[in-house]
Amino acid sequence: MDFGFTEEQQMVQDMARRFAEEEIAPYVDEDEKNHFYRREILSKMGELGLLGWSIPEEYGGNGMGWLEAVTALYEIAKVHTSWRLSISGNCWGPAMTINQYGTDAQKEQFIPGLVGGETVGSFAITEANSGSDVGSMKTFATDKGDHWVLNGSKMWISGGHSSDIGLVYAATKEGGGSKGLSCFIVDYNNTKGVERIPILEKVGMWPAPTSEIVFDNAEIPKDALLGEQDKGFQMCMWMLNNTRMGCATGAAALSAAALEGAVNYANERTQFGQPIGKFQMIQSQIAEMKLEDEAAKYLVYRAAWLKENGLPSQQATSIAKLSGCNAAVHAANLAMKIYGSYGYSTEYPCGRWLRDSKQFETLEGTSNIHMGIVAGIELGYQPNR
Amino acid sequence: MNIVVTLKQTFDTEAKIALTSSGSIDDNGVKQVINPYDEYAIEEALKLKEANEGSEVTLVSVGGAGTESAIRTALAMGADQAVLVSDPTLEAVDELVAADILAKAIAQIPYDIILSGRIAVDDGSAQVAVRLAEALGLPSVSSIQKLEITGQSAVATRDIDGGSETIEVPLPAVFTAQKGLNEPRLPGMKGIMAAKKKELKVLTLADLETSAAALNAGSKVTSYSLPTPRSAGKIISGEPAQQAAELAKLLREEAKVI
Repeated sequence: MDFGFTEEQQMVQDMARRFAEEEIAPYVDEDEKNHFYRREILSKMGELGLLGWSIPEEYGGNGMGWLEAVTALYEIAKVHTSWRLSISGNCWGPAMTINQYGTDAQKEQFIPGLVGGETVGSFAITEANSGSDVGSMKTFATDKGDHWVLNGSKMWISGGHSSDIGLVYAATKEGGGSKGLSCFIVDYNNTKGVERIPILEKVGMWPAPTSEIVFDNAEIPKDALLGEQDKGFQMCMWMLNNTRMGCATGAAALSAAALEGAVNYANERTQFGQPIGKFQMIQSQIAEMKLEDEAAKYLVYRAAWLKENGLPSQQATSIAKLSGCNAAVHAANLAMKIYGSYGYSTEYPCGRWLRDSKQFETLEGTSNIHMGIVAGIELGYQPNR
Repeated sequence: MNIVVTLKQTFDTEAKIALTSSGSIDDNGVKQVINPYDEYAIEEALKLKEANEGSEVTLVSVGGAGTESAIRTALAMGADQAVLVSDPTLEAVDELVAADILAKAIAQIPYDIILSGRIAVDDGSAQVAVRLAEALGLPSVSSIQKLEITGQSAVATRDIDGGSETIEVPLPAVFTAQKGLNEPRLPGMKGIMAAKKKELKVLTLADLETSAAALNAGSKVTSYSLPTPRSAGKIISGEPAQQAAELAKLLREEAKVI
């Protein structure tokens, strides 16, 4: 058993940390304030290969896998949680799913742009009335012989209006439920009948666009279908098992950011003639944060290791996501207490950490759904994929 | 064009410096990086390589096995190969010895341009590259902010007090890089993957036909000390006029600066 990095992994961490400090950190406050999505950050991520994990090199992949990916994502998310979404939005979502299920033509057409950062990607599953119950989605794709027609709407779609292409899951069989879903690659820039509406009022993740997407007789080509018709539910679960690593890693990173901030503040802030870190109650809070932070981080690496080795990882991914999310919300909450009144001021990052931490309890499977997966696998009610 | 870059591994600039019980610098657990000024040299070398087809960038360094990680990072940025002189018999190396070893290593390989950082951020001596030029009998220009190559000569621009100076030198020549020369690139993922396949030749002093005994240091570090911790500030209270008078008094009598 080896808990250390290889020389390459160490370089990946150093590079991603420096990238985050030099290219993301200077804009955090400004972009938070303006709810601004800085497109060029994604381009730079693409140029450096930060969007090409587990993708064949012939399509622009970076030749590295899950352990390196979570290492890089962690460093980016630690500086600004919103930017972790791009790795799922471009790589683990569309690029990896197209690589798994697509035709050679689809792979050649879409993957290089997603991996290179020239194209912004997204994926759309959730609807206003269909969240955890994926099989209940109402967006419908009608087969018109030489093309498909999409009708319906998607809600809370990360990168919905900033993306150039997106995977859209839709029903293709009336009353088919989870046995009648299919996945489509939609070229948003060249499809009529699609309206993308930014959702501006949200608690956190301000610089990361979130949208409602309305399909009104949107015509998409016949070859927009990804994988087999009516097999979309399985594809969706396969994809989520990948993209959820983004949530788990992002959550662990947010916990680490809040802990690091709290430790620095506890060492600097003096009350009653000594740094507040000398007080037992602050120490207790720091110890709680550290325990959960450390566990979350290694559970992320454990899940990534299982994925890298092609072993069943669904339960480990859910455990990592739950653990990370609990650590993040708790750490952000404690950090705000340790920072005192300054923590409540928007000049300090505590508010952002707390707001951003709450996403993890909902995104890509609520905590209840993940508890269900963990228990279901543990009790033998469902296989561990 | 054959471009050589000398490289030193230094402490991360944010590292906290501590001394061991025997008074030497404690490197235990300290993150090591490429000397930041050497990064400008590497970047300039890579830009020259990109502008001159068929060029090669070779890194040359002196140091322990730990230096390899800095070299791999520079290879990941895009350098083609590296030579590291690492010899267990080498202990404290002063600027004279470091330059001597680098000169011997570089003399074994083809070179048109030698680039180096203008100073290493750890010992701050800014001597090695200039001594290297001397040892190889080459012209050198220090602290350059611009470099243009035309045929067999180079024009370098450097800041001087109140302006800038443009110097033309025949090649081969040594240049040391100042901040502002360029913006060093980050190694991309493909560069990191490619780095492990690139040649890193490790040489001993015997490979350079010399030995620790034959290398005479010109100087010796006798001790290190940490700066005295800054004492707490003093707050002067009272009416503004009183405060000003008190401040003037303290500056004159206590700080003795006016």
